[in-house]
Amino acid sequence: MSEILLGAHDVSKRFPGVLANNQVSLQLERGRILALLGENGAGKSTLVNILFGMYRPDEGHVIIKGERVDLRGPDDAISRGIGMVHQHFQLVPPMRVVENIVLGAEPVLRGLVDLGEARRRVIELSRRYGLEIDPDAVVEDLPVGMQQRVEILKALYRNADVLIMDEPTGVLTPQEADHLLGVLRELTQTGLGVVFITHKLREVLAVADDIVVLRNGEVVGQTTPGETSENGLAEMMVGRSVMLRVDKSVAEPGDVVLELEKLSVEDDRGQIALNEVSFEVREGEILGVAGVEGNGQRELVEAITGLRGLSSGLMKIGSDEFTSGSTRQIAEKGVAHIPEDREKHGLIGVYSLEENSVLNRYHRKPFSLRGFLRRDVIKRHAEGVVDEFDVRTPSTSVPASSLSGGNKQKLIVGREFSDDIDLLVAAQPTRGIDIGAIEFIHRRILDQRDKGTAVLLVSAELDEILGLSDRIAVLYDGELMDVLDAEDSNREKIGLLMAGITDSKSSA
Amino acid sequence: MSRSLLRTISIPIAAVVFGLVIGAILILTQNASPGTAYKALLVGGAGDSDAVLRTLQKATPLIFGGLAVAFAFKAGMFNIGGQGQLLVGAVFAAGVGFGIDGLPLVIHLPVALLAGGIAGAVWGGIAGTLKATTGAHEVIVTIMLNFVAGNLTDWLAANPWKDNSGSNIVARTPLVEDSAVIPTFGAVPVGFLLAVITAITCWMILERTTFGFEVKSVGNNRHAADYAGIRVGRIMALTMAVAGLLAGLGGAVESLGVDGRFEAGVNVGLGFEGITIALLARANPLGVVPAALLVGLMEAGAARMQFKAGVAPELIDVIQALILFFVAAPIILRWVLRMRHDASEQLQLGAGWGRS
Ligand SMILES: Nc1ncnc2c1ncn2[C@@H]1O[C@H](COP(=O)(O)OP(=O)(O)O)[C@@H](O)[C@H]1O
Ligand SMILES: [Mg+2]
Repeated sequence: MSEILLGAHDVSKRFPGVLANNQVSLQLERGRILALLGENGAGKSTLVNILFGMYRPDEGHVIIKGERVDLRGPDDAISRGIGMVHQHFQLVPPMRVVENIVLGAEPVLRGLVDLGEARRRVIELSRRYGLEIDPDAVVEDLPVGMQQRVEILKALYRNADVLIMDEPTGVLTPQEADHLLGVLRELTQTGLGVVFITHKLREVLAVADDIVVLRNGEVVGQTTPGETSENGLAEMMVGRSVMLRVDKSVAEPGDVVLELEKLSVEDDRGQIALNEVSFEVREGEILGVAGVEGNGQRELVEAITGLRGLSSGLMKIGSDEFTSGSTRQIAEKGVAHIPEDREKHGLIGVYSLEENSVLNRYHRKPFSLRGFLRRDVIKRHAEGVVDEFDVRTPSTSVPASSLSGGNKQKLIVGREFSDDIDLLVAAQPTRGIDIGAIEFIHRRILDQRDKGTAVLLVSAELDEILGLSDRIAVLYDGELMDVLDAEDSNREKIGLLMAGITDSKSSA
Repeated sequence: MSRSLLRTISIPIAAVVFGLVIGAILILTQNASPGTAYKALLVGGAGDSDAVLRTLQKATPLIFGGLAVAFAFKAGMFNIGGQGQLLVGAVFAAGVGFGIDGLPLVIHLPVALLAGGIAGAVWGGIAGTLKATTGAHEVIVTIMLNFVAGNLTDWLAANPWKDNSGSNIVARTPLVEDSAVIPTFGAVPVGFLLAVITAITCWMILERTTFGFEVKSVGNNRHAADYAGIRVGRIMALTMAVAGLLAGLGGAVESLGVDGRFEAGVNVGLGFEGITIALLARANPLGVVPAALLVGLMEAGAARMQFKAGVAPELIDVIQALILFFVAAPIILRWVLRMRHDASEQLQLGAGWGRS
C-alpha cells in the first residue's frame, strides 16, 4: 500500500437541524483518484470543506500525510499541500489568467508584483502538467472548461499534492467533462492524489480508483469500479433500486403542434445563433434537441417561448402563426416552459412557493379577480402542486430559495404541468438535480407525452435525449444537422452530428 | 409571523436607539444635559395639541416622500427624484389652488391635489420611461430632473405665477383660495390622514394586487418577470410614475395644507428626506408612517430643545444622519447585538445598479 496523503477519521459535523457528516472515514492514496459519490445534500461538500480546513469537525479529525492535524483554515490546508477547486469558481473575472493564478502568493520584486516572473512560472507549470493555457487571457473571456483549468493551476502553483474537486463536471459540456477526466488521470501519474465529487455515475466508473458513497451524511458504501455497476452505485446513493432508464411505450404522434419554418435568431451580441431551422413537433411525441451547449439551443428555446425575437422565419403554434410574440401571448396558446436556468428565469428566490406556483399565471382566473390576487386560492393551488409533485418543504409559505435544486425543479415542473398544455418546451429539465428527482421528472414528461402533449426536449445530457426522445434533432453551430428517429440513432451517430460531421448522412 | 416582524423591525429600532445614545454623548460634550434635551424634544414634538399638530404637519410630506422612494425600491429602482417630483407637485397644486376661483371645497381641493399628483407622476414617469426605452439609469435621470424641476418651479413662482400683491418681491405664488386649503380636524391635519391612507393603499397594492405582484417581480428578478410574461419596461415606467405621483401629492399637501402657497426655496430638501424615511422603514409602506412620525417629531421638537437645553437644533440632523448610517450599515448593529446574519431581512438597494 502506497503513502496515504489525506484521510478523515470518524468525522462528524452538525448544522442547525442536520447531521451533515456522521462519523465519516476515508483515505486517499498517492497517485489515486477517490470518487465521492452522493445525492445533493448527502454531505459531500461539507466533508471536503472539513478536509480543506473551511469547517472544523465537531468530532473526529483530519489526517494529512500520516499526521493528525487540526486545520485552522484553508491557508493551513494549502500550506500542507491540499488544493481545492470549489463548485463555484473563486476567480476574479476581469483579471488575467496569470494574475488569478498567483493571486495571494505573488512573486515580489522590490515591493511590486513581479509579473514577468509570475508569467514564467505559470507557463512552466502548465507545460509540466500538460495544461495548456494562455497566461494573458482575461478570465471572464474564457470558456468554463478553461476557467476550471485556471483553478487547477492555482492549486498546483501552491504545490498541492492533493487536489479536491467539488462537482467539477456539473458546469461542463460532455466533451469538456471527458477532457477533464483525462487531465485528472494524468495528474495522478505525476504523484498527485485526487478527491473527485460527482453525482454522475458514468464519470465515477470511468475515472475513479476508489469509490466512497455518502447518503444522509454517512458512508454507505466503499467500492471500486471493478466491483460495481451504474445500477449498483445508484442503489447505494438513493437507498433503493432505481430505474436509470425509464421504460416508455411507443409514441402515437398526432397533429402538428409546433412548426418552425426557416427560423433564424440572433444571440445577445447580434450574431446569428440559429440559421434557417425548420422542424415540427407533433402531439404525443418527444422531439429531443441534441447538441454541444452553445450551438443555438438557448436561442431556439427563447425564440419559441417568446423571450427572444425572431430575426426571420415563421413559427406556427397550433393554427396561429407568429413572426414575433410576447411570452404571455405564447403561453396563452398552451405552451409551458421549463427554463434552462431555474434560478434566473424559473423562480423568484424571495417569493414563497405559493407566489412561485403562479408566477406566470397570477393574472388568470381563479388566481386573481379584477386585479386582486386571491391568496387563499393561490395557497391551495401551491399545496396541490407540492403534494402532487413531491416537493419537499416544511410549508408553502417559505421562500423558494430555501429549497434544494431538485425540489425547486419539481416546483417549476409542477407549476408548468398544472394547466392543460399543448406544447411543453423543456430545457435542461434535470440539470444539477439528484437521481430521485430526475427519475420523477422524466416520468412526468413521459406522462405528458402520453396525454397527447407535444414535447420539445433540449438537453446537454445525451443519455437524457436518448432515453426520452422519439425523434432527435441535432444542432451544430446554429444549423439543424439532421432529425433522426430514435430507433436508428445511437451515441456515436449523434456524437458525430454534434461535432458537425455529416459524412454518415451523405453516405446514407 | 410575529417573530419575523420582530426581526424586521429590530434593526430600525436599534438604529434609532444607537442614534439617540450617540446624540446624548454629543449633548454632553456641549455641557448640556441629555435628559433635559430629550425631554424638551419630546414635549416640543408631542407635549400638547399644538406640538402634535406641528409633528403631524412635518410628518405628512415625509410620508409621501418616503412612499415615493419605497415604492420605487419594490421594482428595484432608486428614486432620487423625490425632490423634483415634490416641487412640481407643490407648484401645480398651488397654481390650481389660486388660479381657479369660485369652486366649492369638495371639488377645488381634490382637483388641486390631483394636479400636484399628476405633475409629480409626469416627472417620475419621464425617468421611468427613459429607463424602459433607452436603459438610462433612473438615478442619473432623476437627479438631473431635480435640477430641471427646481429651476422650472422657481421661474413659475418668479414670473407668470408671481404674487404681485403689495410690495412682494419674493418668488412665490399668491395664497391659494380658501376652497383649496386642506382643513384640520382638531390637532389632526386632513393631509396627514390622507398620507396614512395613501400608505395603507400602497401596501395593499403591493401585497394584494396583480400590479403589485408585477412590480415586486420586476424588482426581485427581472429575468423571471420576463419569463412570467410581465412587460418589464412598462412596469418600470409605471412604477416611477406612481412614485412621482406620491411625491407630487406630498408637495401638494405642503402647498395646500402648510404654506398656503408655493414659495421658491421653502421645500428644498424635503424630497431627499424621503430616502431616509424609506430606508428606516426598510421600504415597507406601512413602516413609512412611524418612520416619518419619528423624524417629524424630532424636527418639530428641535426648537424647544434649543430653547430649554441650549442644544443646537442641528443636532437633530446629526442624529438623523446617525440613524440612517446604522440602518444602511446593519453589520455594525448586528455585531453589537450579536445577531445572526439573516438574508431575509436584507434590503436590496437600487437593484438596478450595474445591470442593464
Ligand atoms: N453552512 C451550512 N449551514 C447549514 N446547513 C448546511 C450548511 N452547509 C450544508 N448544510 C446542510 O448540510 C447537508 C449536507 O450539505 P452538503 O455537504 O452541501 O451536501 P452535498 O455537497 O453532498 O450536496 C445539507 O442538508 C445542507 O443543507
Ligand atoms: Mg455540494
